[in-house]
Amino acid sequence: MQELSVRHLLGIKDITPQDIQLIFETADNFKDVLNRPIKKVPSLRDITIANVFFENSTRTRLSFELAEKRLSADVINFSSSSSSVKKGETLLDTVNNILAMKVDMIVMRHSSPGAPHFLSKHIPANIVNAGDGTHEHPTQALLDSFSIRERLGEVAGKKVVIIGDILHSRVALSNIFALQKQGAEVMVCGPSTLLPKYIKQLGVKVELDVRKALAWCDVANVLRIQLERQQMKYFPSLREYTLYYGIDKKMLDSLDKEIVLMHPGPINRGVELSSDAADSHHSIILNQVENGVAIRMAVLYLLAQKG
Amino acid sequence: MQKRLIVNHQLLDIMVMRLSHQLIENHDDFSDSVILGLQPRGKFVAQRIQSTLASILGKQVPTGYLDTTFHRDDFRRRDTPLTANATKIDFLIEGKKVILVDDVLYTGRSVRAALDAMIAYGRPANVELLVLIDRLYSRHLPIQPTYVGRHVNSLQSQRVLVEWKGEQAPEDNIWLITKNEE
Repeated sequence: MQELSVRHLLGIKDITPQDIQLIFETADNFKDVLNRPIKKVPSLRDITIANVFFENSTRTRLSFELAEKRLSADVINFSSSSSSVKKGETLLDTVNNILAMKVDMIVMRHSSPGAPHFLSKHIPANIVNAGDGTHEHPTQALLDSFSIRERLGEVAGKKVVIIGDILHSRVALSNIFALQKQGAEVMVCGPSTLLPKYIKQLGVKVELDVRKALAWCDVANVLRIQLERQQMKYFPSLREYTLYYGIDKKMLDSLDKEIVLMHPGPINRGVELSSDAADSHHSIILNQVENGVAIRMAVLYLLAQKG
Repeated sequence: MQKRLIVNHQLLDIMVMRLSHQLIENHDDFSDSVILGLQPRGKFVAQRIQSTLASILGKQVPTGYLDTTFHRDDFRRRDTPLTANATKIDFLIEGKKVILVDDVLYTGRSVRAALDAMIAYGRPANVELLVLIDRLYSRHLPIQPTYVGRHVNSLQSQRVLVEWKGEQAPEDNIWLITKNEE
């Protein structure tokens, strides 16, 4: 009889290795449910969940919505582009109005780091952070680790390199916390302008040469260049970035071992990953998407249990 | 805490043998029948019934394990959290005669959840319920077993524990446990 140590999933930083283990074990069960002819269980039938997205998303929102529906929860969707936020309503007012309609859980994406943490101090509902600015994206990190565990048996002791725009990436930060909590070795790799200044304080290795990074790792998690978050030029051109940091099939084949290639999506084909690399047998990109639903079901189920 | 032995291992062997013969009476050669043990503890009963049937009939009756956690009606209503177990059903139950197997039948809520969970795998021709222990006068739902090892009249504060050799117990036994008033 286990339960999570937290009432909200705000970030990987706040949860314990035991929590991660429990989420994985529960997700194993949900993955089994998702492979049945009838992919639905009635667990959350008396729960209403609001997906509150102040920032664009395809994969994460669909994945959460599907997870909620597979658990039989009632779902309402909110996106800021078509709402009263445009009329000047504050975050807290918006969310309190949603909660007044008797909503039990909030799944939120917001462009400001810490927005879900702020919310958790003011409202009674369970909150799941679906990405807050450049800070954390916990469910993505969980499904990444879950996918590594599925492919390689375990995460502990594995060498994982995160390649690309570490500075603007919430996926990178959550992954660093998640991997370290499970006993993996983590390296970040990218142009020095896209590496945070104090990244070494998190206990990760830093490598500027992508070929050396690939030769070192068991798993390469490749990130997108987040042009929409970049307020200045961090590198001369996308072409130059691709030349130095783009990964293609030839590079993967030249390694003396099999590595696992991951990407949180959306992929910019031909920038950080070439098409032949993204579609190669190294890649578990679509497994990540599949596992995303099971992981989110597990998180919602376990948080709902905490009430 | 008081522990009273209600079925010892010899009796339990006889009980399992009797239940297996009763199953054979109704299911003939088991060509259309499957066994589903309810997780977590019905699994051991199902394994025992399967191996006993194998020794009598010389064939393995398809046996799977069904987890009912996500179908329970007490989610968010109980003090202790529910932990899920694996479901393993490697065969189709569409059109089959399903024998649900559990160790103890008490309120009947697990069996209701099991019926619900089972439907996700197809529509069986019919469903029977086999339990080792039927706790009388305690049902919350109109559910009755088809095959019963033994009826036990017990208090609500008591608990029936079925132990299996090798599963954290030295031998097969069924106990009635009474918690002391504090």
